[in-house]
Amino acid sequence: MDPRPENVALLEKLVAALKARGIVTEEEIALRQSIAERANPATGARMVARAWVDPEWRAFLLRDGTAAAEAMGVSMHGNPPLGVLEDTESVHHLVVCTLCSCYPRAIIGYPPHWYKSAAYRSRAVREPRAVLAEFGTVLPAGMQVRVVDSTADYRWMVLPLRPAGTEGWTEEQLTALVSRDHLVGVSLPNAAQKVSRAA
Amino acid sequence: MSAAQFTPGQRVRVKDARPERIARMHLRTPHYVRGRMGTVERMLGTFPNPEDIAFNRPAEPRALYHVLFDQPPVWNEGQAGDTLLIELFEHWLEEA
Amino acid sequence: MDTQEIPPAQHDLGGNPRFRCTPVEPEADAPPDAFGKRVDALRVVLRERGLLTTDEQRLNIESLPEADYFGLTYYEKWLRAITAVMIAKGAVTWEDLQ
Repeated sequence: MDPRPENVALLEKLVAALKARGIVTEEEIALRQSIAERANPATGARMVARAWVDPEWRAFLLRDGTAAAEAMGVSMHGNPPLGVLEDTESVHHLVVCTLCSCYPRAIIGYPPHWYKSAAYRSRAVREPRAVLAEFGTVLPAGMQVRVVDSTADYRWMVLPLRPAGTEGWTEEQLTALVSRDHLVGVSLPNAAQKVSRAA
Repeated sequence: MSAAQFTPGQRVRVKDARPERIARMHLRTPHYVRGRMGTVERMLGTFPNPEDIAFNRPAEPRALYHVLFDQPPVWNEGQAGDTLLIELFEHWLEEA
Repeated sequence: MDTQEIPPAQHDLGGNPRFRCTPVEPEADAPPDAFGKRVDALRVVLRERGLLTTDEQRLNIESLPEADYFGLTYYEKWLRAITAVMIAKGAVTWEDLQ
């Protein structure tokens, strides 16, 4: 859906007024936009793939997601702390923000529309398995769903289980298996499915 | 600021309150866990109280916990064993 | 318990039965348009200036009239909230925005 013309006009009037009072400049807006545009799920994918091959990195990532993001070249200054949720053979995490749309933007970019929708925000905590099924995801028997509602200062990212059939794969090959949806927890990576990434 | 009141593994109850009915508020405790019992998973750190930040007034640092709840009892549906993990501030929790 | 009989605030959407039958639409990626990206960038500039916090913005989104909360696009709601905070703080006046 497009914004209404009066709100498109409001944005420009607000920006003009703030510029006239010396509060913002066009350069600052452009800089912040370019930083936001550069963040993308490939960074999260690399963090996950490295955790699959490097136990020390894995422990660091789980202990201090913010520092791990910094180590990946993401400036976390002014950004909320990153928490990483470790999937196990018995627990699969699904991230939602029922109250608004909290999402680890600094690390993986803009959230998709569906994540911010009333349908996802209301249904993920109430019928997580039905929501997973909409993404074609069925969990193995005996695996619990743990829905993580982002209600406060942290932003959450899932560290999924390493898929079967990837023994001996390089970090680069593993990175290619991890998508944005895997980092939110609505689907699970698998060895047969490489993620196509926009340039 | 005093030491964190709750420890990992401790059973807690979320206060059964709806202060937003009294006045305009900014609360980060979802309605569906108010009055519910959960288990402290861990303490996440201390952060300034968002209820104050929203109104641009001095915000005290408060302990923030990750608290685990059984999911099926919340709406009387769902799969046994499924859980909800929610960040909750200390002042919303009491000993169970 | 008594409080669960009381309807929650409009933004407190967890479990809301109104959307029970609404599909999540996994294909609805909808990356932000130019308007959305600009609103987001403005938000960050103002945050870095110390003029806007995430919680002030959230409060002003939560306070939107119901028709706007559910009818405006995501970034329109952000813009309305940012505008409200800027006016409340005197960073701009309503006359500036006519």
